[in-house]
Amino acid sequence: MNEKTMLEENKHFEEIIAEESICTNENLVYEKPETLTDIPMHYCPGCGHGVAHRIIAEAIAELGIQEDTIGVAPVGCSVFAYNYFNIDMTEAAHGRASAAATGIKRVLPEKYVFSYQGDGDLAAIGTGETIHTCNRGENILIVFINNGIYGMTGGQMAPTTLPGMKSTTSPFGRDVAMMGYPLKITDLIATLPGVYYATRCAVNTPNNVRKAKKAILNSFKYQKEKKGLCFVEIVTNCPSNWKMTPLESNKWLEENMLPYYPLGDLKTPNGKGE
Amino acid sequence: MKELKLMKGNEALAEAVIRVGCDGYFGYPITPQSEILEYLSKEAYVRTGMIVLQAESEIASINMIYGAAGTGKKVMTSSSSPGISLMQEGISYIACAELPCLLVNVVRGGPGLGTIQPSQGDYFQAVKGGGHGDYKLIVIAPSTVQEMVDHVKLGFDLAFKWRNPVMILADGALGQMMEKVELFEQIQRSFNPPSWATVGKPKNRERNFITSLHMEPEAMEEINKHLQAKYKKIEEEEIRFEKYMCDDADIILTAFGLVARICKKTAMLAREKGIKVGVFRPITLFPFPYDELNKLADNVKGFLDVEMNAGQMLEDVKLAVNGKTVVEFHGRMGGIVPAPEEILHKIEEKFSVEAL
Ligand code: SF4
Repeated sequence: MNEKTMLEENKHFEEIIAEESICTNENLVYEKPETLTDIPMHYCPGCGHGVAHRIIAEAIAELGIQEDTIGVAPVGCSVFAYNYFNIDMTEAAHGRASAAATGIKRVLPEKYVFSYQGDGDLAAIGTGETIHTCNRGENILIVFINNGIYGMTGGQMAPTTLPGMKSTTSPFGRDVAMMGYPLKITDLIATLPGVYYATRCAVNTPNNVRKAKKAILNSFKYQKEKKGLCFVEIVTNCPSNWKMTPLESNKWLEENMLPYYPLGDLKTPNGKGE
Repeated sequence: MKELKLMKGNEALAEAVIRVGCDGYFGYPITPQSEILEYLSKEAYVRTGMIVLQAESEIASINMIYGAAGTGKKVMTSSSSPGISLMQEGISYIACAELPCLLVNVVRGGPGLGTIQPSQGDYFQAVKGGGHGDYKLIVIAPSTVQEMVDHVKLGFDLAFKWRNPVMILADGALGQMMEKVELFEQIQRSFNPPSWATVGKPKNRERNFITSLHMEPEAMEEINKHLQAKYKKIEEEEIRFEKYMCDDADIILTAFGLVARICKKTAMLAREKGIKVGVFRPITLFPFPYDELNKLADNVKGFLDVEMNAGQMLEDVKLAVNGKTVVEFHGRMGGIVPAPEEILHKIEEKFSVEAL
């Protein structure tokens, strides 16, 4: 779908919504931040990407840094992130978002720069760039979306796929003897001196969404203070490739993903976190 | 004020990079061009505030270039053959997204890890694509240390004029040899973000985004058509070449870069023996001077193409000559530089002197 048909479709939805009598200005309690465009997101129903986009966009809007923020999109489901954020953005090659972000930040050190990357992008093909960007302590934010699977290519095993978890390339479940272990890359990078803040969040409950947003807000504040690299992992779902309903996927996430990828700070300005 | 210095090719190029007002260099060490990174690390930031960053790999450096070039800043990288191979995906992205930047390949002998000695074995990679998809780099080939300097300026000018990556295709010998160079004056670093650059979206303009992704085939074809139209214009406007004693020549040597200089010496030796030899040197390898070469083909007995490879530019020379006359080839590989006498011997062997 091109931008035009997306906008047309969006208009159609708006018309339907407008018919609902409760949708009046007086009743308005929640708005789309100006840092998101009007293009409807292509993400599957119930997917965590939409929420993750929204909290980043809200943080940028609340901090008033829309004019000074440049984002880098990855290859993966969020390859079109640049369609949704109403800020200047670059779409990087697979795995190289943190290198592209480094390039931008180095020549524009006063701007806010973040990359948004999935698990395949950041923790498989881009592991080298991720580790070295973190190790250099680039003064940027890396948002890492971990749903344990390759979404865009149709559900192949990711570096973060859980032991025993089925994917199209681990059809009998991930056998760690054959395929190795899920990579806790946030734990790994939290050990690097260049990293100022590393935390693991989720967006499966309202409370977790609030915490994740706080982590993003803090990261941009640290970036302003030139503190070094901030790394926010968001453990999320992929209902389509997990072959579950959104609700089932959130339940599965709580019961399976979070025990392996426990939420909380891995590195904070005051030392190790929670 | 003109400044004359005796400099190594790599260092002269690095000095020109500082003087041209470059904003950022991202690179990874590899012989025979590490002096570029070393020289810049020592000189650049202190003199102009230019960013110099040693990346963890060539893959990282080209993607740093992708990000940084997207801001409209003047940025560059340099490497040698295996490193340039690693960069090809990134170069394809940069070409598709039409980002101006300067790439330098100080070519060494291949294939594989090959040798650190000079070669021209990356002509195909540089001129015909290298990465995936239909794209072109503007490729310029210096033949002297002076041109290592001058082509930096020319390279950035062409990159920004055409919003296209430009590659300087040198070789290990040019990088390592010392010659007298005339340096241009320091150009102040300055920044006027181009309208397309990702520098942060002001309230009064639409967001800019840099991408090479266009899912609809129709859109992707349009991008391709646009690129091809641009390349066609570049072919119309930017061809550069040098003719050396071609006017009365019976045999013309075609060669680029360092080999063209050796061929000039051959031409002199040949003329001492009464054989009228000239040299035709394409300076831009893309765009290639097909028409000029085709015109020359009317008046000569033949061409001898000389390269430090197995015959790569040879294909373009043949396309240009288009069967009008004979095109012979002499190539050395693996890092061996042909000697002037050796080339003369080839002339005598391939074109019997009596026939002249
Ligand atoms: S495939 Fe998975 S990660 Fe991708 S949009 Fe759909 S639900 Fe989200």
